Amino acid sequence: MITNAITSASRTADAIIIGGGLHGCSTALQLAMRGMSVIIIEKDYVGRHASGVNAGGVRRLGRDLAEVPLSVESAKMWHDIESLVGDDCGFVASRQIKVAETEEHMVQLQNRVQQVKALGFDHEKMIDQKELREKLPAISDHCVGGLIVEGDGSANPFRTSQAFRRQCESLGVQLKENTVVSRFEKKEGVWHIHTSMGKFESPNLVNCAGAWGGKMAEMLGESVPIDTRAPMLMITSRIPPFIDSVVGVQGRPLSFKQFVNGTVLIGGGHVGKANPDTNETLLKYEGLAINANIAMTLFPQIRHAKIVRSWAGIEGYLPDNIPVISKSNIDGAFHSFGYSAHGFQMSPIAGKILSELIIDGKSELSIDAFSINRFSNDSLKP
Amino acid sequence: MTDTFDLIIIGAGPAGMAAAELAAKHGASILILDEQARPGGQIYRAVEIMANRNRVELGDSYHAGLTLVNAFRDSHVQYIPKASVWQVSQGGEVGYSFDGTAHIVIGKQVIIATGAQERPFPIPGWTLSGVMTMGAAQILLKESELAIEDAVFAGCGPLFYLVIHQYLTAGIPIKAVIDLTPKGNYLKALPHLFSALPALPKIYEGWKWKREIIKSNVPYFSDVSDLKILGEEGVTGISYKQGSTWKTLDASHILLHQGVVPNVNISLAAGCKSSWNEDQACWRINVDDWFQSSVKGVRVTGDGASIGGALAAEQRGRIAAVGALVQLEKITATEGDHLAAPYKAALAAEMRVRPFLDALFKPSDTFRIPQHDNTIVCRCEEVTVGQVRQVVGMGCAGPNQLKSFSRCGMGPCQGRFCGLTVSELISETLKKPVSAVGYYRLRPPVKPLLLQELANLKITKGDSL
Repeated sequence: MITNAITSASRTADAIIIGGGLHGCSTALQLAMRGMSVIIIEKDYVGRHASGVNAGGVRRLGRDLAEVPLSVESAKMWHDIESLVGDDCGFVASRQIKVAETEEHMVQLQNRVQQVKALGFDHEKMIDQKELREKLPAISDHCVGGLIVEGDGSANPFRTSQAFRRQCESLGVQLKENTVVSRFEKKEGVWHIHTSMGKFESPNLVNCAGAWGGKMAEMLGESVPIDTRAPMLMITSRIPPFIDSVVGVQGRPLSFKQFVNGTVLIGGGHVGKANPDTNETLLKYEGLAINANIAMTLFPQIRHAKIVRSWAGIEGYLPDNIPVISKSNIDGAFHSFGYSAHGFQMSPIAGKILSELIIDGKSELSIDAFSINRFSNDSLKP
Repeated sequence: MTDTFDLIIIGAGPAGMAAAELAAKHGASILILDEQARPGGQIYRAVEIMANRNRVELGDSYHAGLTLVNAFRDSHVQYIPKASVWQVSQGGEVGYSFDGTAHIVIGKQVIIATGAQERPFPIPGWTLSGVMTMGAAQILLKESELAIEDAVFAGCGPLFYLVIHQYLTAGIPIKAVIDLTPKGNYLKALPHLFSALPALPKIYEGWKWKREIIKSNVPYFSDVSDLKILGEEGVTGISYKQGSTWKTLDASHILLHQGVVPNVNISLAAGCKSSWNEDQACWRINVDDWFQSSVKGVRVTGDGASIGGALAAEQRGRIAAVGALVQLEKITATEGDHLAAPYKAALAAEMRVRPFLDALFKPSDTFRIPQHDNTIVCRCEEVTVGQVRQVVGMGCAGPNQLKSFSRCGMGPCQGRFCGLTVSELISETLKKPVSAVGYYRLRPPVKPLLLQELANLKITKGDSL
C-alpha cells in the first residue's frame, strides 16, 4: 500500500484529503511522515477559512471532558511545534485564565476542577483574587478569582496554516487548490474523487472539510446535523502591552488576548451570518457590541482602544459541540470535522489520530465519543 | 428621530448635497451623514465661513459652491455632521459613530458619496515629518487660513497647479516647484483635445496657472525622472533626478500631490464590485446609468465611484437621487427619465474633458509603483517595497495574503494609503494584470471605532424592512 512515489502530475495517492485547512494539512503531514503519498484537495486556498482566521487560542482550559485527553496530548505537540513543522507558528505559551466574576462562578469552577481530576488530569487549577490580580493587573476589581492553565497560550493561525502547508509540501504532499469536489464513487476498493479539475483516485478518502464536512459526509451517505455559523472577531490598533495571558470568563462568551505587536483580539463565539456556498460572511453588530461590553467590564482601561477590523470565519458546529473524529461506515473513508470553533489547538493530535486510523486501523487514544454514528439517536438532532 | 429612512446619504460634498436636496423635494425622508463639521466636502470645505472673508485666492469656482451649500441647508433633510460612518451592509444597514456612541440605522436606499482621496505618493522619505499632501495643505488653508511657507511642491494634476496658483496669488513664498507631469502625456492627451473643446476656457485657465509658475521667480523643474526626500526624523531636503544627474534642494517642508482617486473603502466593505481602470490607474465602483452598484439598494455616486470632478459629481448625485426616488416609488420610471434628462445632459457635457485630463495628468509609473527597496509602502505597519517583493516571491498571490504574511494594510487606515500601491506593485512583480491581482478584502469598521462606542451601540431599526 505504501508507495511514497508520486510525480507532480499524479492523480493517485495512498490517501486523498478533502480540505486544505489545518486539520487537512496536519493529517497529510502525519501520513507523509509515515511514508504515504498524499493529495490534498482544497476548494479555495490553504487557511482561507476557519483555520487561517480564527482567534488562535491554544488551550486545554475548559475543554469538553471527552476532548481533555486529546487536548492534553496535543498541548505536548504544540510545545514542540517547531520540530513538527519547522516554524514556531507564533506560539506563545503563557497561560489561559477563565475569570470568575462572582462567588457562584468560583463554585462552578471548583466543580469543574473535580471533574477534570476524576479523569486523571490536574492541569486546571483554581486561583484566588490575589493571584488573579498578580497574573492580570488590569482586571476589573469585581472579579474574584478564576481557573488557570499554565502553559496554554496562543499562536498565529495564518502562520500556523502556512507552516503546516510548507512542511507537507517538503514531504511531497500534493496540494490542489481551487479544486472543488463534485462527487465520490467507490470502485473495487478505490475511491474515485470527481472534482472541477478532473478525477483523482485513492484507496483512502479523508474528510477534513471543516464547515463543509457535513456536505462531504452527506455525499458518502452519512448525514450529520451540522450547523454552519460565522463566529466573529475584532482587533484593535496597537496599544502598550498590558496583558500576557489569554482570558475568558465563566458564564459569558469572551476570548481576549494581546499579541506581541500590541494589538488586542476580542472574540468569544458571538456569531454573524455564514453563507458556505458563496464564502460570504455577514457581521451582526448586536453581537459585537455585547462582546465589546463584556471585554470592557473585565478590562475597563481598553474602552478607548480603537477597533480597526472585525471579521468572521465560516465554521461547522455539531449539536454537542464536539467534532467528528471517526472511521466512516464505509471502508477506506475517514472523518475529522465539525470542531465547533475550538479545533485549532486539537489539530496536531487529530492529524496523528487520523494517520493511525488509516495506517494502523485504530488509534492510541480513544475516540469513541467522536463517532459519526452518535447522531443516529434522534434526540441529538436539532 | 426616525430609525428607518427612505434614503441615507453618506457624504455631504457636491454629490451628496445635490442628491439630498433633490430627493427631499420629492418627499423622501433623508438622513445625510458627514464627517466634517460643515457641508461642502473637500472641494467646498468651509465655504460658508470663507464667504464672509476676503480670500480671493481660493478662486471663483470654490466660492460658487456656496449656492449648492445654501440650497442644501434650506432642504428638509436630517443632517448629522461630525458623524463617522464605519460600515454599510447589505440590506441598507448603516453604522456610524457620533458623539461617543455607535448607531445603526436603516436606509431603504443608500447613496454612498464619499468623494475622492489623494493618490498615495510612495517615494523614499514620504513618511518623514515635514512632508504633507497638497490636499492637507488645502484643508489648512480653508479651515484655518494657514499656509506652509517655503515649501517645495512636487507632483502633477489639476489640483497641483491650483494650489500653487492660490499660494502665488496670496503671496506665500514657495521654495521650488517640481513638475512631475510626464513629458509623453502631452502627446497622449492631444487626440482627446477635440472632444474637450467645450471645456476650453477651463483648460486655458489651467494653462495660465502653469505659465504663471514658470514666469514667477519660483525655481521650476520639469522632466524629473526620480525623487527622494532626505532627512532622518524630519525633512532636510529633496533630491530630484534630471537626465542622469541627481540634484538636491534644501527644504524643511515638502508638499506632494499626484492626483485624486475614488475613496472606495466604504463601498468595497459594503460588497460593491469594482473594476480596475487603466486610464485613471485606480479602482472604480461598477455602477449602472443610475449609479446603482452591484449591491441591491446601494448606489455609489460622485467621485467616490469614479473621478469626474465637482461639477460632474453634483449631476451624478442628482441622477442617483432620481434612481433612488424611482425605487422608492416616489416617482414613476417615466417621471424619473424626464426628471433626470437635463442632469444627464449636463453630466455628459462635463465629462467630455475627462479623457483629455486623464491622459494629461496620469502620474508616471515611477511614482505610482515604487522602485527603491527601502521605500515604505504601508505607513501604519511600516512595510517596505523590499518586504512586499520578498513575500510575493515566497508565493503570496495577492493583497489579501500579503496582509496575513506581512501585516501590510492591516493598520488603522485600512489600506487607504497603500492599497493602490500594493495592487500595482504585486502586478508588476508577478507580471500579472492589476485586475487579476485584485484589492484588499476590506473589513469593517472602515473607520476606527472606539470599543466604548461599539459597546454603547444603539440599534434603532424600524420594522419596515
